[in-house]
Amino acid sequence: MMRSRRRPSFTTVMLVLGLLFLYLPMVVLVVYSFNESRLVTVWAGFSTQWYGELFRDQQILSAVWTSLEIAFFAASMAVCLGTVAAFVMTRYGHFRGKTALSSMVTAPLVMPEVITGLSLLLLFVQMAQLIGWPADRGMATIWIAHTTFCSAYVAVVVAARLREVDRSIEEAAMDLGSPPVKTFFFVTLPVIAPALAAGWLLAFTLSLDDLVITSFVSGPGANTLPMVVFSSVRMGVSPKINALATLIILTVSLATLLAWYFMRRSEAKRQSVIQQGEGV
Amino acid sequence: MMPSRIAGFIKRLHLGRRAVIAFPLVWLTLFFLLPFALVLKISLSESAIAIPPYGPLVEYADQTLNIFLNLGNYLFLLSDSLYVAAYWGSIKTAFVATVVCLLIGYPMAYAMARAPGRLQLILLLLVMLPSWTSFLIRVYAWMGILSNSGLINNLLMGLGVIDSPLRMMNTQFSVIVGIVYAYLPFMVLPLYAHLTRLDNSLLEAASDLGSRKLNTFLKVTLPLSMGGIIAGSMLVFIPAVGEFVIPELLGGPDTLMIGKVLWEEFFLNRDWPVASALAMVMLLLLLVPIVWFHRYQSRELEE
Repeated sequence: MMRSRRRPSFTTVMLVLGLLFLYLPMVVLVVYSFNESRLVTVWAGFSTQWYGELFRDQQILSAVWTSLEIAFFAASMAVCLGTVAAFVMTRYGHFRGKTALSSMVTAPLVMPEVITGLSLLLLFVQMAQLIGWPADRGMATIWIAHTTFCSAYVAVVVAARLREVDRSIEEAAMDLGSPPVKTFFFVTLPVIAPALAAGWLLAFTLSLDDLVITSFVSGPGANTLPMVVFSSVRMGVSPKINALATLIILTVSLATLLAWYFMRRSEAKRQSVIQQGEGV
Repeated sequence: MMPSRIAGFIKRLHLGRRAVIAFPLVWLTLFFLLPFALVLKISLSESAIAIPPYGPLVEYADQTLNIFLNLGNYLFLLSDSLYVAAYWGSIKTAFVATVVCLLIGYPMAYAMARAPGRLQLILLLLVMLPSWTSFLIRVYAWMGILSNSGLINNLLMGLGVIDSPLRMMNTQFSVIVGIVYAYLPFMVLPLYAHLTRLDNSLLEAASDLGSRKLNTFLKVTLPLSMGGIIAGSMLVFIPAVGEFVIPELLGGPDTLMIGKVLWEEFFLNRDWPVASALAMVMLLLLLVPIVWFHRYQSRELEE
C-alpha cells in the first residue's frame, strides 16, 4: 500500500493509457471537424463551414428525424417489455418457459447482428406472404426489430435493480391486502424508476446507433441516420461526418454530465437522510 | 355459486400471472426464436429468381406431397474455400482482439475497482461514454488515423522517422485495432462489476499470511473474477465473429470475415439461401460460447 502511493501502480498507468486510447480518436474527430480543407488529415486552418454544410444536407436532417422517432418508440416499448421480463424472472419463482425466457433475454446481448437482421427479415417476408402484413418494410419493421433487441438490455438493467430492492416492502403491501397489480405500480415501480430511466436511455442510444439489423429490415421509405452515414463513410472520409460526430459526442457528453450530477445529488441526499436518521 | 367463486379465484390468481408471463415470452418467441427456424428453413431451400428469391420447401402437385430438403447450400459452403477461409479468419481475428481487450481491460477494471468511491462513478462513466456515442463514427475515426495519408503516417513522416507511409489501413492490424477500440468498454464493465464485489479482507488475509502480490493475484483475485473474464470475453468475441462494419470500413482484401461475406451474399448476390446457410453455420460455431455466456448471465439474472 505504501509503495503504491509513492509511484503510480501498473494498473493506474494502464487505466490512464486505456482512457487515452478511448478518447484520443474522438478528440481527433472533433479537431478535424473544424478543418478548412476537404482532406480530413491535413490541417489547413480553422473553419466552421462543414457545420453549415451539415445543416444544409436535407438527407442527413430527415434521417436524424427518422432515427429519433424510431428510437423514441422502440425505447419506450423496450422498457415495457424488458421490465415485465425482468419482473417475471426475478419475482415469479419457477414457471413453465422460464429457461426459454431467460435464454431469449440474454441471447440478443451477444448475437451477431447479421444473424439477427437476416432472421428478422425472413420473418417479415414470410409474414407478408402468409397474412399480408407487413406489405412494406420500413418504420414499423425497424421498430419491432429494435424493440426486440433493446428489451434484452433493459431486462438486464432492471433485473439488476430488482434484485437489490428490499422485497419485504412489497410483501408487506401484499400482506395488507394490496393486489399484485397495485403493489407493482405503487410500491415496486417507484423504487425501480431510476433503472427504468437508465434502461430507456440505453435502449434509445442502441436504437439510434444500429446499422446492421436496420439495413436488413428497412425498406425503401425509411433511411435512418446510421444508414446515411454508412453510405457516405464507405466512400471515404468527409469533414461533414466529422462535424456530425462532434455534435453526437457533445450531446452524449452533456447528457452523461447531467446524469452524473443527478446521481451525485441523490447520493448526497441519501447520505444526509441517513445522517439525520442517526441523529434522531 | 361455488364454481363461479372458484373460477373467479383461479382467474385472479393465474390469468393475470399467465398474461404477465406471456407478454415477453410471446413477443420474444415470435420475433427472436421463430426467425431462427425460418433461417434454417430458407437455408434448405433452393435459390430462385423470384420475389422472395428462394424456392418452396413443400409442394403439393398431382396429388403428391413433395418435400424438398436441399443440402446443396451447405455443400456449396464446403466446396468453396472462400467460406472456410472467412470462418477461420473471423474466429482468428475475434480471438486475438478478445485477448488484447482482456490484457488492456483487466488492469483498467482493477484500477477502477481500487479507486476511491467518488472517483469510481466518474471512471465508470468515462469508460462507458464512448459506447453511447456512435459505433459507426468510432470506427470511422480510425480511417483518418491509420490511412496512408492519415494522422500517424503524417506524424511519423513529419518527424523523419519513416520515408514512405506504413501500410496500416485495410490490414489485419487495422481490423483488430477497430474491434479492440469498439468493444473495450464491454470487456471492462463486467470485469469491474466482479472486481468491486471482491472482498478486500481476503486479499489482506493472504498478505498477512505472507503471500506475495503476484501469488495473491493468481490464487485469489484471478479465480474470483473468472465470471467477469468469461462474460467480458464472450461480450467481445461473439459479436466480433459476426462483425460487418469493422471489416467493411477498416479491412481489405486479405481480411476475410464471415459477417461481411454474409452481407455480400445477401445484398449483392441476392442469394438468400446461401446467406441463410452461412448464418446457420455461424450460429452452430458460436453455440458453445453463447451457451457459456447464457449460463453465466442467467446466474447473474436470477440469483
